[in-house]
Amino acid sequence: MKTRMQPIGNAWQKLPRIVRDLSHELGKKIELKMIGAETELDRQVLELIKDPLTHMIRNSADHGLEKPDKRQAAGKTDLGTIKLNAYHEGGHVIIQISDDGAGLNIERIKQKAISSGLATEAELEEMSDLQIGNFIFKAGFSTAEKITSVSGRGVGMDVVRTNIEKIGGTVDVRSTQGKGSVFTVKIPLTLAIVSALVVESYGERFAIPQISVIELVRASDNSEHKIEQLKSSPVLRLRDQLLPLVYLNDVLRMNRKAPPVSGIDGGQDNLVAGKRPKDDFVVVTQVGAFRFGIVVDRVFDTEEIVVKPVAPILRHISVFSGNTILGDGSVIMILDPNGIANMYGNIAVDQDETKVEAAVTEEGDKKVSLLIFRAGDDTPKAVPLSLVARLEELDCSIVEHSNGRDVIQYRGQLMPLVRISDNYPLRTEGRQQMLVFTDETRTMGLAVDEIVDIVEDVLKIELTSDTTGIVGTAVIANAATEVIDVSHYLVVAFPDWFEESRKTRVKAARRILLIDDSPFFRNMLAPVLGTAGYKVTAVENAEQALALRDEGFTFDAIVSDIEMPGISGFELASMIKADERWGDTPIVAISAHGTADDFERGRAVGFSDYVVKMDRGALLRSLTETLSVYGEAV
Amino acid sequence: MSTNTMQTDNEARMPGNTATSDYVTMSVGGQLFGIPVLEVHDVFVPSKLAHVPMAPPEVAGVLNLRGRIVTAIDLRQRLGFEPRDPGAQVMAVVIEYQGEPYSLLVDAVGEVLSLEANCFERNPSNLDAKLRDVSEGIFRLEDRLMVVIQLDKIILLLNGAMAA
Repeated sequence: MKTRMQPIGNAWQKLPRIVRDLSHELGKKIELKMIGAETELDRQVLELIKDPLTHMIRNSADHGLEKPDKRQAAGKTDLGTIKLNAYHEGGHVIIQISDDGAGLNIERIKQKAISSGLATEAELEEMSDLQIGNFIFKAGFSTAEKITSVSGRGVGMDVVRTNIEKIGGTVDVRSTQGKGSVFTVKIPLTLAIVSALVVESYGERFAIPQISVIELVRASDNSEHKIEQLKSSPVLRLRDQLLPLVYLNDVLRMNRKAPPVSGIDGGQDNLVAGKRPKDDFVVVTQVGAFRFGIVVDRVFDTEEIVVKPVAPILRHISVFSGNTILGDGSVIMILDPNGIANMYGNIAVDQDETKVEAAVTEEGDKKVSLLIFRAGDDTPKAVPLSLVARLEELDCSIVEHSNGRDVIQYRGQLMPLVRISDNYPLRTEGRQQMLVFTDETRTMGLAVDEIVDIVEDVLKIELTSDTTGIVGTAVIANAATEVIDVSHYLVVAFPDWFEESRKTRVKAARRILLIDDSPFFRNMLAPVLGTAGYKVTAVENAEQALALRDEGFTFDAIVSDIEMPGISGFELASMIKADERWGDTPIVAISAHGTADDFERGRAVGFSDYVVKMDRGALLRSLTETLSVYGEAV
Repeated sequence: MSTNTMQTDNEARMPGNTATSDYVTMSVGGQLFGIPVLEVHDVFVPSKLAHVPMAPPEVAGVLNLRGRIVTAIDLRQRLGFEPRDPGAQVMAVVIEYQGEPYSLLVDAVGEVLSLEANCFERNPSNLDAKLRDVSEGIFRLEDRLMVVIQLDKIILLLNGAMAA
């Protein structure tokens, strides 16, 4: 297996020579820096990316870097640099080719795009520089004014892209005018070979990618490492820190005896249900900044494995990233530590997800990802991407009619398909795009005409709407866009949506006070909480909340925004905690803009939990937990 | 195989046609099933099956067939029969759906039958719901009845994936 893996440097060997020749030919001073030449790649992949890489280097030298005189005029040294950087990242091999040249000439790309009919001026107007930059990957696109022996012959970046996509990779370009451009080639691991640790739990073997394994700890009752329980949560003392643990058999729901599938021997026979060996092995795993331990029964060797994607019917299981055939011919599943961390909501949400998401939201000022689509009329419509479970395209012929409604068979269930408005009928032939919304067990599809884009923008409702199904109108990507009210369509799809969930999920309706200055979030979160069976009172600001307190209202929990004009969420929390009337009521902080500091500060002033606004799943989990904790305490 | 091996792929799969079509027969829980012979890629006795936790109950596991990873679907589970006794004989019938190999676990694989279309009829109205989901129709053989399995339904209903 090892011999299949070769350092990427092997594909780079000829590059210094090529660059030296180019620098003579073009009259430019060029320096080539190569980093990460030892990064290993599947030999096959290596062969396939050799040519695209060479082409991209030529391109950077010819188009990217300027002539020495121009460089000096731009205040740069006359020595241009091309940097090649390769590394492994999150299941991919990344190769970056960057130059410190002039960057992409966006204006010229625009002209070229228009003249070759790839886009209209109006379309270009809507596009970001990033999108425009990606035109260079279109077939026949060359902006080189003169055709040189080096480049500009029109068979360029599109061939590069085709070759890279052939092996399941992606390529994109980021460029800063005057500073240079960075091409990023991403090749998925499925073709690459990874080193994985083979472990066993309940008689089944699994592979954990070595890349996320930090160390292995043997834990037994009489050694220094002992698994301890906090109520029902297992933890391990590891060098003066508590490491949260998950049992692999719990993660994979293998605590029950494996179902008697067939007469086939399901691997090892040492299947002892309900009894765990005294010695456990803890695989200390890192996902992002979050560390946790996976407890397994046995640890075998590490093996070099070829990751193969799992069959489509198993692809929804998030704890597996693939499967592979081991040296002995047996098939094993490859665990995805990311999926495990996400499954263990309480671990990941508390510490990891909030931080990660906070870090994401931090960058843009309250920007959210919005899915822009068209349905019915020409006005663009938007919905927060976090509410959308999936995007699907279906053949109109599979739409069936039942009980006066349109339904389709989707993942083995009937899924209602609703239209944006009764005035716009469904297409009868061809393909229909739809957005899929899910909530626990139910799924609905919203038929749309066209999915336009996904944009990051500040969501500010400028005009509220009386039209059912529309929350209001906001300016998104420089266009007036209607923000749709998902909860309306959920009710259209399932008239009993709210009642059902109320019955099943919360025995006595818990009262929640929701404080948020943004009408959008009030409109979005109130139905979400309502759906989960809570009785929601929504107010705009802290003053109104305190007024309710003075009037003698009580609530089981308070969900409060942090950033509010006037009294902030932090101030409100300390005021509530200081007064005995609501002093015992748990407060969950929600914020679009959360940092680790905010989180700490929130805890200090008495927030019970802290979740990111757009993550409604986390909010619901947090409320359930908070209320059950307080419920027991009271 | 019979006289009609020259038939096109398409005709062989259409029981409505007046000609005969070839089916591989297999038994699951005492019931006889048939799959068009051209759909069957392989028949073998599975030896080692890796269980996939959290998979749908119909998925018995994954196995290695000459270097390819094949997802095994237990037809007994899938069609609502009693689970097999431990140690009972199992056969695997390999088919392909959308370029992905699947193996159907059955109790036994019989022979290849050339059947005439006039022995074929649509599903009787009282057919068991699980069978109706996947059955294309019934062949009346001399001594027993054979259910023709629609492979896409077996996988599709499990998968739920839209024609992606």
